[in-house]
Amino acid sequence: MPAEGVFSLIWLLIALPLAGATVLLVGGRRTNAWGPYLAILTVATSAVLGIAMLVSMMGHSAEERSIGQTLYSWVFVGGFQADMAFQLDQLSIVFVLLITIVGTLIHVYSLGYMAHDANKRKFFGYLNLFVAAMLLLVLANNYLLMYVGWEGVGLASYLLIGFWLHKPSAAAAAKKAFVINRIGDVGLGLAIMLMFATFGSVTFGPVFGAAGEASEGTLTAIGLLLLLAACGKSAQFPLQAWLLDAMEGPTPVSALIHAATMVTAGVYLIVRSNVIFTAAEWAAVAVIIIGLITMWMGAVIGSAKDDVKKALAGSTMSQIGYMVTAAGLGPIGYVFAIFHLLTHGVFKAGLFLGAGSVMHGMNDNVNMRRFGALRTVMAITAGTFIVCYLTIIGIPPLSAFFSKDDIIHASFERSPVIGILAMLAAGLTGFYMTRLVAMTFFGKARWEDDAHPHESPKVMTIPLVILAIGAAFLGMSLVYWGNIETWLEPVTGLQEVPLPLPSWVYETVTLALVLIGAAIAWTMYARREVPVEAPHGSWLTRAARNELYGNEVNDALVVRPVYHSSRWLVWFDNKGVDGIVNGSAAFVGGLSGRLRRYQTGFARSYALSMVGGAVLVVLALFLVRVS
Amino acid sequence: MNPSSYIVLSAILFSIGAIGVLVRRNAIIVFMSVELMLNAANLAFVAFARMNGNLDGQVVAFFVMVVAAAEVVVGLAIIVTIFRTRRSASIDEPNLLKY
Repeated sequence: MPAEGVFSLIWLLIALPLAGATVLLVGGRRTNAWGPYLAILTVATSAVLGIAMLVSMMGHSAEERSIGQTLYSWVFVGGFQADMAFQLDQLSIVFVLLITIVGTLIHVYSLGYMAHDANKRKFFGYLNLFVAAMLLLVLANNYLLMYVGWEGVGLASYLLIGFWLHKPSAAAAAKKAFVINRIGDVGLGLAIMLMFATFGSVTFGPVFGAAGEASEGTLTAIGLLLLLAACGKSAQFPLQAWLLDAMEGPTPVSALIHAATMVTAGVYLIVRSNVIFTAAEWAAVAVIIIGLITMWMGAVIGSAKDDVKKALAGSTMSQIGYMVTAAGLGPIGYVFAIFHLLTHGVFKAGLFLGAGSVMHGMNDNVNMRRFGALRTVMAITAGTFIVCYLTIIGIPPLSAFFSKDDIIHASFERSPVIGILAMLAAGLTGFYMTRLVAMTFFGKARWEDDAHPHESPKVMTIPLVILAIGAAFLGMSLVYWGNIETWLEPVTGLQEVPLPLPSWVYETVTLALVLIGAAIAWTMYARREVPVEAPHGSWLTRAARNELYGNEVNDALVVRPVYHSSRWLVWFDNKGVDGIVNGSAAFVGGLSGRLRRYQTGFARSYALSMVGGAVLVVLALFLVRVS
Repeated sequence: MNPSSYIVLSAILFSIGAIGVLVRRNAIIVFMSVELMLNAANLAFVAFARMNGNLDGQVVAFFVMVVAAAEVVVGLAIIVTIFRTRRSASIDEPNLLKY
């Protein structure tokens, strides 16, 4: 459907934050005073526009909800065409709302969190740039334009992780995130090329329309390359190592980019390309396997980390593992992947901002062994955090109860093995989140001597309250009030497989597992004394603390071989290639050094050589004549 | 006409000239040896011209004489200049143009 009415402003959704970023970053220091407010205004306006579009879209029938807007022909070479064109459909609009609304709240929160930072204006410029790039990613109607947004969010993520670049650890983390993301980006780039070679187009409509005609091998290759891209952006195994280090960035960044929005771009990519994954069965199986591995890795890492942000990052990995698993299940799971993505975006943003509020009161300390009993001094932070905590572990009737149970349910529809693994991971979620909450807000105070914890200012607590309310009720409203399944069905398809047991059985078992996990964590970390120094722990604890040796594996498999082979190549270049070049030059030089000795300067010796030569010529002539 | 005795004489003269160029140091003597070689060649030209009954060789002999005369002018001038600066006519002394 062409863009009319409010939909003619789709481009403005992206243009507003982009203009904000441009003004703030180009305008420089003279925008210091009002820049942050302008940044909030642009994102908030985009959010309002997004809500208006949702309302308008709900007024249309399901067939008319996909709206296209073409601004201009962007790349047009021979048979290749990519337009600067947007597609706003049921899938994009939920992303637009998630990005702009959560983005606005985090912008507001940052006003308090970054209040004393000298580079506050630059921070807001980068945040705006991120929002613009992320909106471009979800609104593009072809893979090439999407790739621009994809790279844009990577850039913004890099800039924001390394925002405190005077810290070597932050600079290294930013570089690591960028390099690992690049591997995934190569996957997306190759997938786009393969799509063009196969279908002759990179626009969503023609690609999905022609997907049935391509061979299964080609589709599997495209699917696996898209999965590689998703792994990079969404920190899925084996490209997960960057996400935990990315917590070096300011906490609002961790909340917006590394929990709520950017890391879910991989899930968006898979769900958007659902036609390809539905046709390429083995690629979808690979998606499920990757999702399950990451779901467990993240949960195990989150269970052992003492750094509050890294524990939450492990939890993010695990939750995205759920979404990826659901996206691999095919039409029975796509809707629930997006459903969980939405609820996760809200409650995880709340959790991260809550952690930021705690750090704000604790001199930026992140060690949970130095927290404890904080509910007494920061009531609002603790309250909102506990609401988000109850949401993530899936206590009914809060959001994740619906979204996570839907995923577990869909997993059982595919195979009991996947279902049981997802169910047990839910129990582990209960464990690590309870551990986190117990160590932070309950038990005895283990504060450092110079810590004077206090509640954060209103500008930080109000976004927390809004996010907590959203976290609690979003799931319910998307199930009972606006049904997300029927909403997304035209884009992703929906399929239900009957299960042998009634659904309340699965829900009860999941809830029981979660409560068991929570109870174990409560006895271990709230009832008992938590030592200030981390105990040695079992081998599993130590492995989890070391991020399951992900960095060591990368080091051994990639970094060191590359390092050593480059050293060898340098040696070969110096000795081998340069040896041949320099050696031949030295040979010619040496030879000429010898030869020039014959230039004695004595005219008579020259004459002798002339005579000798003449005699030789005559002799040669004689010999030829004789023979 | 049998030219062999002329050719033998020419060869002897040429060899004397060549040896003179190689073994003598005095530039004037070397110069004279060069002239000897030129004239040995002239002798051969003339002898063959006579044998073949045409004038080509004789014409070449005249050319050689003319060129030799010009060469003497230039060569003697060089020798005189070298003598003025070095007070010597040895051709081994000006050996600066070397490696």
